[in-house]
Amino acid sequence: MRIDRHFTYTESHMACPECDLLHLVSDIREGEQGHCIRCGALLFVRHRNSLDRALAFSLTGLSFFILANLFPLLTFEMEGHTESNRLIDGAIAFWQAGYWELGIAVFIFSVFAPLAVLLVLVTLLLPLRLGRAPLFVKLQIRLLVFLKPWAMSEIFILGIIVAFVKLQDFADVGIGLSLFAFILMVIATVMAYLTLDTRALWARLEELAV
Amino acid sequence: MSGERQQARLTATSIEAVSCHVCNLLVSNRYRSEHGNACPRCGTALHRRKPDSMSRTWALLIAAAILYVPANVYPILTVISFGQPTTSTIIGGVIELAAGGQWVIAAVVFIASVFVPIFKILALLFLALSVQLKWQARPRARTLLYRFTEFIGRWSMIDIFMISILIALVKLQALATVTAGPGAIAFAAVVIITMFAAMTFDPRLIWDTEGMSDDGG
Repeated sequence: MRIDRHFTYTESHMACPECDLLHLVSDIREGEQGHCIRCGALLFVRHRNSLDRALAFSLTGLSFFILANLFPLLTFEMEGHTESNRLIDGAIAFWQAGYWELGIAVFIFSVFAPLAVLLVLVTLLLPLRLGRAPLFVKLQIRLLVFLKPWAMSEIFILGIIVAFVKLQDFADVGIGLSLFAFILMVIATVMAYLTLDTRALWARLEELAV
Repeated sequence: MSGERQQARLTATSIEAVSCHVCNLLVSNRYRSEHGNACPRCGTALHRRKPDSMSRTWALLIAAAILYVPANVYPILTVISFGQPTTSTIIGGVIELAAGGQWVIAAVVFIASVFVPIFKILALLFLALSVQLKWQARPRARTLLYRFTEFIGRWSMIDIFMISILIALVKLQALATVTAGPGAIAFAAVVIITMFAAMTFDPRLIWDTEGMSDDGG
């Protein structure tokens, strides 16, 4: 591995984020996952049409997110009384019960962060597709990395399943339309993250700047 | 062959460069001293390692360990059915599910709410100790442990989401209502604080003490 000792910054090499070992980027071929040869960490993924695919998935995810908010997730019936809940209701219920800390946390993890991730992806990738530089590229990339662990939609789905099982003991529980939309939104978001090759993103931005 | 091995040990630090935490751009120290400490590509502040990694991880770990006690002692949820209140703790919830014959769900909740938080605290404690005491053994295995710990941490939120759904759904005044308990706040705090502890820990510190030897598992 050769590296110019007088370089300022470079994309030809990258250091493993988990053990600092240097790798030659050109060693990683298209359609492959590059793993660190020393500690095994995922370095990055290369895909054909990475940006187009990620855009398609994030637009799909955004559409399903809207649907997931319009209809009930679960319905609950007991002795003639029916209740249903929407995505946002969990956060509101905590807030109204005086557990405002939990209300804010649940709002961020189940509503705000998942939506913000999709919005950042779309506002980043759609202008690129149309040949324009996104307005706040640097901020958007940082938000994407920062928000990722706090968007907990897939965990929320398990929470719904556990709640469903618990409620079955003393009432009739039904699945609402939004639950399907929510699950599809999670799949689309995961696929968007998996297909997005940030190196392709930087390369595209550089083309536009020239 | 020996040349290849020599090259395989080059790190960002050894060529006097740092890797951006956000976009992984490799930036030389010379560039940083001339142009300031922001990543030229994404603008993030550059650091060789995560800043104050060890002291932050220790502080967060101690906070999480303290909160772990109220999280498990206080009830997380009260179900009032026909005027009869039943409170349950984290472990109580798992036992109820198992007693009701819901073995799979009971196992999922047990893993997410009981096993993961304690595993996470112990694993990070072990990793922080290993760096503090400059252990050299099995750096690859320890990095794997870190990666696993960071990955599983968020899944403990299942119970908090479950409670939020129950209290939103079950509000049939006289028939049945569900309210949250103070244990839920402590439990959510443990999950969030351990997530921050995992984020502030820098796995590259494991390799810094390893002194360039490449034979550790």
